[in-house]
Amino acid sequence: MKPITQPTLAELTAEAMEWGRKPRRRGSWYVTEHMVRAMRAYGWTIVVGALGQPILYLLGLAVGLAALIAVPIPDGGREVPYLLFVAPALLATAAISVASEEFTYPVMAGFKWRQYFYGFNASALSSGQIANGVVLGAAARMLVTVVAYWAFICIFFEWLYPGAANFATSWISIVIGLVAGLAFGAPLMAYAGALEEDKGQFALVQRFVFMPMFLFSGTFYPLATLPLWLQWIGWISPLWHASELGRVVTYGKTVEPWLLAVHVTYLLVLTVGGVILARRVFTRRLAK
Amino acid sequence: MPEAVITAESLRKTYKVKGKADFVAVDDLSFEVAPGESFGLLGPNGAGKSTTMKMIGAVSTRTAGSLSILGLDPDQYGPEIRSRLGVVPQQDNLDGELNARENLFIYGRYFGLPAKVCHEKADELLAFAQLEDKAKSRVDALSGGMKRRLTIARGLINDPRILLLDEPTTGLDPQARHVLWDRLFRLKERGTTLVLTTHYMDEAEQLCDRLIVVDKGRIMAEGTPSSLIRQHSSREVLEVRFGSDRNQQVAGTLEGIGDRVEVLPDRILVYTSDGEAALERITALGLSPITSLVRRSSLEDVFLRLTGRSLIE
Repeated sequence: MKPITQPTLAELTAEAMEWGRKPRRRGSWYVTEHMVRAMRAYGWTIVVGALGQPILYLLGLAVGLAALIAVPIPDGGREVPYLLFVAPALLATAAISVASEEFTYPVMAGFKWRQYFYGFNASALSSGQIANGVVLGAAARMLVTVVAYWAFICIFFEWLYPGAANFATSWISIVIGLVAGLAFGAPLMAYAGALEEDKGQFALVQRFVFMPMFLFSGTFYPLATLPLWLQWIGWISPLWHASELGRVVTYGKTVEPWLLAVHVTYLLVLTVGGVILARRVFTRRLAK
Repeated sequence: MPEAVITAESLRKTYKVKGKADFVAVDDLSFEVAPGESFGLLGPNGAGKSTTMKMIGAVSTRTAGSLSILGLDPDQYGPEIRSRLGVVPQQDNLDGELNARENLFIYGRYFGLPAKVCHEKADELLAFAQLEDKAKSRVDALSGGMKRRLTIARGLINDPRILLLDEPTTGLDPQARHVLWDRLFRLKERGTTLVLTTHYMDEAEQLCDRLIVVDKGRIMAEGTPSSLIRQHSSREVLEVRFGSDRNQQVAGTLEGIGDRVEVLPDRILVYTSDGEAALERITALGLSPITSLVRRSSLEDVFLRLTGRSLIE
């Protein structure tokens, strides 16, 4: 057998420094790639959900509820058809709904059921990059959902109320939807990452966080319609803030500048804070 | 002697436990591993082997001491060190939702390898792991042995300088173990440094050039398998069984036969240079064991001698 020539320690050190360069820079994207590839396993539910949900909701509300509520809704200095009022909120809800799936069970699977995060962590990636990749992967799925929603909203309004929606700015609701999903999802991801066992907590989040938020965040009626003692649900809900912003860009609802700043700031604080917290949770757990 | 690729000095790892004193998982470990060496950590469950492996793998930080992997400090250069390591964890953590080939491909991407290289490496490693016909199978559908081979293959995607294997053959049937050993020998021949933990004696003897025996986070002994046996045990061991209720009672009468007598719940071990002669002396005493066996001393005996405990409890 040919004798093996081993490199010197200095050569090995230099080699490691060279190999580490790319993962340090692009590691988060590598994890994103993995998460997106893994989604193909349930790709048809993503596509069917992304296309089917807006069709069902918009059609159902257009031919059903909107026909019943024939009176225009006064909102921020404008009067808009009911369907136009709810559409931006439905778009944000769709993103949040994706977030409630992608930031819970896959996180638990990564740490506990399948433990693939530990596999990622043994490679050149850092735990912070793993957290980033999970966020970006979920954001990719949210993007598909909100783009589909926005496209259907455009089609519906061109068909039913031509000229009612402002398409020059309504595309911004795609960005708003994404941020809404992350504002709800990132703190949820930190929570999911900290859970040692699934004892039905995610089902509770669906029932007692997502559902009340959906019902009491000014989704189907202006928040001011609610008695004051219930309005706080909307104030703390990323859905209300996102819906209001969505209405501004979709049909030009007038909002006080200070309130506009509150909506944007609140969503960004939840997103950034949630991501920072999730990265900490991931780092602590993966180093055990 | 070439410079060590792993150097640990007074390595220590403690964990905080609520309301109690810190739990010491690794206590003052010092060792070096030379390039191309096959180095083993031997010890029972809870000895601190996996914790040590995590520190070498640059995923768990040390509480005290110094550690250098490939000339770098893992606290500062984790990604750089890990980019040249291959890791085979105790528990397979493949992505069950991807197929075998995708698992290899995507893992290669983590090291920044171009997609084309990842494809080539994936095919090469599927052949290495004898899993070509399972390339498109979802990981969840593979047997335990296949998953293990795939995990080892995954650990090699970046042509690592050091391969860390934590209990690589636990839970495998004998045939699968031998296939794995064969693959590891080939890597060794290619100059890959192997660091492995095991509580299987035969595995340690087969695979390790040198090893440390660890118990309760501390090194009990260090050396080659044969030198450890020479130092801490006799050449042969006579195993005799008199029945679980009589072993303890008979053991007293065997004192003086061989160098040392050890009583286990199911058998008595007589450490001696000549097992057959020891058995003759026992029969001459009028004792007739239910079964008797003369064998070479193994690392199991070394461990028993050093810790007073059996490795697999």
